[in-house]
Amino acid sequence: MVKVQIFGSLKAATDDKSEVEIDASTLRELLDGLADRYPGIRPQLDRGVSVAIDGRIYNDSWFTPIKDDSEVVLLARLKGG
Amino acid sequence: MALDSKTDTKPQHFKVIGTRPLRPDGIDKVTGRARFGADMSAPGMLVGLVLRSPHPHARIRSIDTSAAEALTGVHAVVTRADFGPLRDEGTADVLDNCMAGDKALYDGHAVAAVAATSGKVARQALKLIKVDYQPLPHVTDVDAAMAPDAPALHEGRADETVPAGMSANVMARHEFGHGDIDVGLAQADRVLERTYQTEATHQGYIEPHACLATMNSDGQADLWCCTQGHYMVRNTCAAILGLEQGQLRVTASEIGGGFGGKTTVFLEPVALKLSQKSGRPVKMVMSRAEVLRATGPTASSSIDVRIGMTRDGRITAGFAELRYQGGAYPGSPVDMGSMSAFAPYDLENVRTVGFDVVTNRPKQAAYRAPGAPMAAFAVESAIDELARGFGLDPLEVRLKNAAREGTRASYGPTYPAIGLEATLRTAKDHPHWSAPLGPNQGRGVACGFWFNFGGDTCVSLNITPDGTVTLSEGNPDIGGSRASMSMMAAEELGIPYDRVRTVIADTGSLGQNEVTDGSRVTFAVGLATIEAARAAKREMCKRAAQVWGIDEDAVIWEDGAARPAGPNAGQHPPMSLAEIAAIASNTGGPIAGHFEVNAEGAGVSFATHMVDTEVDPDTGAVKILRYTVFQDAGKAVHPSYVEGQFQGGAVQGIGWALNEAYIYGEDGILQNPGFLDYRIPVASDLPMIDTVILEIPNPGHPYGVRGVGETSIVPPLAAVANSVSDAAGVRMTSLPMSPPKLLAAIQSGTS
Repeated sequence: MVKVQIFGSLKAATDDKSEVEIDASTLRELLDGLADRYPGIRPQLDRGVSVAIDGRIYNDSWFTPIKDDSEVVLLARLKGG
Repeated sequence: MALDSKTDTKPQHFKVIGTRPLRPDGIDKVTGRARFGADMSAPGMLVGLVLRSPHPHARIRSIDTSAAEALTGVHAVVTRADFGPLRDEGTADVLDNCMAGDKALYDGHAVAAVAATSGKVARQALKLIKVDYQPLPHVTDVDAAMAPDAPALHEGRADETVPAGMSANVMARHEFGHGDIDVGLAQADRVLERTYQTEATHQGYIEPHACLATMNSDGQADLWCCTQGHYMVRNTCAAILGLEQGQLRVTASEIGGGFGGKTTVFLEPVALKLSQKSGRPVKMVMSRAEVLRATGPTASSSIDVRIGMTRDGRITAGFAELRYQGGAYPGSPVDMGSMSAFAPYDLENVRTVGFDVVTNRPKQAAYRAPGAPMAAFAVESAIDELARGFGLDPLEVRLKNAAREGTRASYGPTYPAIGLEATLRTAKDHPHWSAPLGPNQGRGVACGFWFNFGGDTCVSLNITPDGTVTLSEGNPDIGGSRASMSMMAAEELGIPYDRVRTVIADTGSLGQNEVTDGSRVTFAVGLATIEAARAAKREMCKRAAQVWGIDEDAVIWEDGAARPAGPNAGQHPPMSLAEIAAIASNTGGPIAGHFEVNAEGAGVSFATHMVDTEVDPDTGAVKILRYTVFQDAGKAVHPSYVEGQFQGGAVQGIGWALNEAYIYGEDGILQNPGFLDYRIPVASDLPMIDTVILEIPNPGHPYGVRGVGETSIVPPLAAVANSVSDAAGVRMTSLPMSPPKLLAAIQSGTS
């Protein structure tokens, strides 16, 4: 199980929890798992998120591996100029 | 894809990286030969012009184009009725911004376009288009737009994060942070609460938007345009026009600045539609007034900050509520501002709440580190005021609270190795920090943070028969990337820089490439360039092995040549790249390397800026006396370009801090759509911007490169405000600090 930190404006969709556990070993499994378990997050996932895994930020690479003890943080989708 | 497994962050010894070769585009640009967006022509080309709304908010009851269509020389007239419906909300907003639907949402909003045989005929035709407007109440200020009774631009567009009862103009709410703010504030010796305001500013690129579109009856189309991302242009226009992406070839022109403002489309879908209707090529070029009225400035902001600090300078809690208006459509960068506001600091208790608000202004576009400079202005100003209030050294206070490796960032993750502390220590030891100041002079410092990212990237590297190298990449060169890519290819191949030429390929020549944004190109395209060169080296080693009759594993590449890996491989003289290239036809055919990647895992970046100003107490005018940028570049590939990025960010930030502002009248009309009234800094306003490049390698890049293009605009708003506040003896909390505003503050003793 991977512990995922959820940012504040999504807590309404996770029973007010700022950290949830998802059974996932890749980024895709993590995002699918979040959407299945907390459907209220789905609109944000559809709009796009970035995910910090052990301090590195990922956007789209489904098969990025995630270890059980990885630090995983959901972020708003990064934009740049 | 992160490339940890492929990288080596040990100190490396470079031959080309870190040198300063001449830029390959320099001569063409200074002699006027470079071809920008407006420099392309085609046989039978028509001129396209846009009719724009004179109202800030109006229902469009009807548009009568019959008289314009009947005018001799007019070949096509386009309105929104010519475009089909779109399912994707984001793309639909882009189309609506390019051509209004049932409402004009801001002064300058496009409502129709014509294509005619000349500009004169096109202008006559615009006058013949009859638009029946029903003016509606408007709102252009972010706080006014959040009032419950504010005129609403849209109904039902707020997302699920917006609490019930808020104004219909609030599109989204974002919240980040950890700890307990109230507990932290209770531990403070002083809690400072302030509200800060920044105005919308334009990226101020010198080259207006321009394009040339050709759309044939068989569904094939070609587009030449100035853009930061021609693949984005292709994909967006294809979606809007119902084209197959593969049938639309987009070629990027040289680009006269972008800074984030050319990461979307404005004219391009309209030009393609005009070409489709007329059957002729159509060229469109914006005037400066159109650029300012109808392209994307950045958001304006209103930010409440509450920070607690102990008398020895420890920040016990930080809170900010950020309100950004991003023009007439959802998507202001308040989420980025909320994540980055406190990112430079190691805080136990931190929270930010951001509101994305729509107003009757043009749809905002990205501007270097979108959303971060305004947030940094607020937070860095408050920290500075607290530090000075306690009689503490502002740099020491920042050092005391600085985020380091292992710090939990205010937006969540734990930092790996980062360079903030190094920039602060270097700043503290720099002669600038201890230089004396005269009367009416002040000094300010501020820190800044930006995320950086990578994204989809394709590179193709070809070895020519004479042993020179051509490199094709898919990102418009806005900051010297052709030189940087050539340098990285030369470094990897072990050949001189001038043996490599890099070109920007069109969308038909390479796979998908993310836009030139997010400070991504030197990182991501550089990474792909290095990997493409490595692929070519492997092939050249294989060819040498064939010639020598040995196993290819027994050949290595060193100093620009294939060599036997050791004594067991036999005695063979090295074969240079040129020698291998010359016999390529005999050994299997042309030699090339390519690499395609979604380059994830870019490293974050920090900077500290220091600035001295002098304030004229009689006029409120501010003179920038001295400015020094300290920033971590990971590894500076071409130091002159890195310095240029540092200097450019600082100068744009100075303009934002002192002069630049979108000024709307009570009538909702933009009052200053020209460079005479919208005042960007010019060379005579500025001293030389000094730079100090720090190099804390990014472990996610083979050479340790970090993006540098955006971080440099984050600290200057606050650094200049802190300096001016020091010089004037009054705390400035509203930008721009124009002479009238500053003079009023000096005279009243309060901002």
